[in-house]
Amino acid sequence: MMAASCQYSAGERRDPGFFRRMWAMVVKEFVQMRRDRMTFATMIIVPIMQLVLFGYAINTDPKQLPTAVLTRDDGPLTRAVLAAMKNTDYFDFRVQVRDPEELDRLVRSGEVQFAVEIPASFERDVRRGDRPSLLVIADATDPVATGTAVSALQGLIDTALRRELRGPDDTIAKTEAPFAITLQNRYNPEGITQYNIVPGLLGVVLTMTMMMFTALAVTREIERGTMESLLAMPIKPVEIMIGKIAPFVLVGFVQMTIILGAAHILFDVPIMGSVWLLVVLATLFAAANLAVGYTFSTLAENQLQAVQMTFFFFLPNILLSGFMFPFRGMPEWAQVIGELLPLTHFLRIVRGITLKGIGFADMQVDVLALVLFMLLAMGLALVRFRRTLD
Amino acid sequence: MKEIAIDVNGLTKSFDGRTVVRDLSLEVPKGEIYGFLGPNGSGKTTTLRMLCGLLTPDSGEGTCLGYDIRIEADAIKRNVGYMTQRFSLYADLSIRENLEFVARVYGMPDPKGAASRAIARLGLTGRQDQLAGELSGGWKQRLALGACILPEPRLLLLDEPTAGVDPKARREFWDEIHGLAAEGITVLVSTHYMDEAERCHELAYIAFGELLAQGTAKEVVAQSGLSTWIVSGGDLHRLGAALQVRDGIDMVAPFGAELHVSGRDEAALDAAIKAAKNADGAHRWTRGAPSLEDVFILLMDEAKDNFA
Repeated sequence: MMAASCQYSAGERRDPGFFRRMWAMVVKEFVQMRRDRMTFATMIIVPIMQLVLFGYAINTDPKQLPTAVLTRDDGPLTRAVLAAMKNTDYFDFRVQVRDPEELDRLVRSGEVQFAVEIPASFERDVRRGDRPSLLVIADATDPVATGTAVSALQGLIDTALRRELRGPDDTIAKTEAPFAITLQNRYNPEGITQYNIVPGLLGVVLTMTMMMFTALAVTREIERGTMESLLAMPIKPVEIMIGKIAPFVLVGFVQMTIILGAAHILFDVPIMGSVWLLVVLATLFAAANLAVGYTFSTLAENQLQAVQMTFFFFLPNILLSGFMFPFRGMPEWAQVIGELLPLTHFLRIVRGITLKGIGFADMQVDVLALVLFMLLAMGLALVRFRRTLD
Repeated sequence: MKEIAIDVNGLTKSFDGRTVVRDLSLEVPKGEIYGFLGPNGSGKTTTLRMLCGLLTPDSGEGTCLGYDIRIEADAIKRNVGYMTQRFSLYADLSIRENLEFVARVYGMPDPKGAASRAIARLGLTGRQDQLAGELSGGWKQRLALGACILPEPRLLLLDEPTAGVDPKARREFWDEIHGLAAEGITVLVSTHYMDEAERCHELAYIAFGELLAQGTAKEVVAQSGLSTWIVSGGDLHRLGAALQVRDGIDMVAPFGAELHVSGRDEAALDAAIKAAKNADGAHRWTRGAPSLEDVFILLMDEAKDNFA
């Protein structure tokens, strides 16, 4: 039997030719593709995800931007001005405040994009021809987010006053401009795009690299067969997890230093707030991403799947966090998803500290979100970690 | 009374509805080398994994070094060295780094010193900085064993430790194992090699998840009730085919220039041989003793009839 099957000699076999050999490869690849469900899913889901995100969620002309208003004059003219601003569809007056400090705080903490202050006796000064000015404060951290809204302010005076100043004061309406709008572009007055992008890049780089490092951590041990003897040793899942995450926190620290240094030296990005606070929170952010990656690695069956999972996670992080496109330009559902991503919160923190110089008090929510995210991911990883080979 | 290192009863494990180990009971005395034999896929690895806490049995219970295999896996892990079938040290770490890692995980007081001693014992002093992945098969096995015994376990579970290793390395490996057993370490070792089986103090033969025979090599052969004739001469292949179909002959196996002809029923075998001898005068027929391999192949064939 044995002998019979070995009797072929090379000369008896015909050369099957290029196409047959190639076809053999094609058939094998298709069979393997069908077996690998995750790759199959990637093929279908990624285009759909991209289509939905780019098509529906992204809008570089954000409207309905949250605006705070402080009115010290409650006359019909004031109301007309505010109504005109509202009619541009760019300003959404969400908060009424009573003192300028509160106005500053709202802009600084990022709760509003714009703040409008109508000075006392605004209407009287207009009618007297004193040309008072009303103040519009813009959070210009992201120049794209405020750009179009600011340009919409230009034609505003005309539309607002045409109606109100008709009649006896017709003459005033016809003069050059009865009042001025003073625009204060805060935090990035020159509208330098790099100031917004470069600090954000810190978040993006940390997300991508940290997640990738740990995503491979567990699957690599399984694929190489080292997991079997690791599990037979007296070491606990939580010890394995922390032991695998900790070295990469240091890597994140090095990356952080490089990006922040380059931001400062090459792009002149200011660091208005505390560098140390930034470092501590960036470390927290790195740890949160490491935990996510580690969770993926306990869910994935092999290294390829782990990489695919990080890609799935990375895509919405880039598109929906406000890194590439203004967060407030996205529809409600996309903002909800965005709020669930750690990068969204870190971007607020890193831009807040570098450009606005905000302290811990103004970003508690974002810090809390990062902590919760990290603990959740770690908890899931520990639950998912297989202590046995069952 | 002998001290018992492994004492398990009725272990059963199935994966996706396929029973891999069925109602397996095992008693391994302390300080013995216990051979675990059986064909591929017979449940040897699954059993070893259940013993060291890597798998949870579906049913059955027992102790390993006096610790309950179901609830005291942590204590078992601290005292058991498990050598996996596939090389499972870190290929991208050096010999020394691998050993130090193991020493640290087991909480040994002086990991560097422990690694140095292990390296010296393995005779790898000059190569301690070589990556483990670059070692030849035989050295990989020795290193894996070295890593296993580094934390001074009381029980070694070795899963086909010598598969693919050359005869000299295998012999050295077994000398080492006998040395360890002499120190009081219990060794449960699975293997396919019959010469290794004969080096064990006691054997268990498992096929299709069931324990088929247990005892010393001699006992296992005796229990089988097998009788064997040895035939030598020309064209054994054709003779073997002819003998195979005769009643009373259960098994014909070529061994080099000889043919082992065996049967469970001695009288029936002798009758069949007599008839065959009369028909064919060209061969030399002598009465021989069945080998362990004959016994195991017979056991496997019987098991196949029962379960497959």
